[in-house]
Amino acid sequence: MKASVIVFPGSNCDRDAAVALEAVSGIAPALVWHGDSEIPPSDLIVLPGGFSYGDYLRSGAMAAHSPVMREVVSRARAGTPVLGICNGFQILTEAGLLPGVMMRNATLKFICRDVHLRVERNDTAFTRHFTEGEVVRFAIANKDGSYYAKKATLDRLEGEGRVAFRYCDAAGKISDAANPNGSRRNIAGIYNESRTVLGLMPHPERLADPALSGTDGAKMFASLLETLH
Amino acid sequence: MKARITITLKPGVLDPQGKAIAGALHALGFDSVGDVRQGKYIEIEVAESDPKRARAEIERMCEQLLANTIIENYAYELEAA
Repeated sequence: MKASVIVFPGSNCDRDAAVALEAVSGIAPALVWHGDSEIPPSDLIVLPGGFSYGDYLRSGAMAAHSPVMREVVSRARAGTPVLGICNGFQILTEAGLLPGVMMRNATLKFICRDVHLRVERNDTAFTRHFTEGEVVRFAIANKDGSYYAKKATLDRLEGEGRVAFRYCDAAGKISDAANPNGSRRNIAGIYNESRTVLGLMPHPERLADPALSGTDGAKMFASLLETLH
Repeated sequence: MKARITITLKPGVLDPQGKAIAGALHALGFDSVGDVRQGKYIEIEVAESDPKRARAEIERMCEQLLANTIIENYAYELEAA
């Protein structure tokens, strides 16, 4: 599996994502600078977490118009899987590859802790190593993590089975108490129509090694490896 | 010309920052304060002397970058620089 990780000024999880990918595939991903207009041939493109352009204007708004994003959008439309984590999710919504928008957390606080997520389906390139309905533990670290979309958009996402992960408690129950940031319908991650683009606020790469106190995130990278070789 | 652009959250979109500001104003004793909404203000100088063309430019800027029209409205005024 040849992966490319896009590096924006202010990205800070690019190396973490690269390490997690190399750990499962044995192949070091290409790190591609945001100002480049070319991306090497890739089975997977990752938009990492961080604070691209200092979150100026809106989180992800500037990065969405970086030169490299024209190529990311074009590859995504041609079917190349794209994974956007945290700031990467924000960039995917600002670039129009995923619907909705990330808003300031309802608490107004930067939230940095582990959360439980329910895996909504396990038949995608990103989730085949999970079981459907499995409760996993990923880390969140963001201030603009509250997913918002119009009711019609939310209904369409649910109707089309495009919700990837929801915030839940340790038993898998979806509730307001288990929602860390006010995300609509506890949504933590969504797919595009073909389920080849995934954006999620929690960080799978931060719990992808026993030394990091958890390995649930590694299953996502193992899923991608099995799907994409 | 100079454009003065105001970007505001659409009605119905939750604004936790506005709510926090309202809470702080109440704490200061401003009992008259009701709903508070926070937005953005941007000034842009445009090298364009024709108001019609300047308006078209500003609107494209707002649609493509300055506002996220899923959650935000924009308004602007133009003045000769």
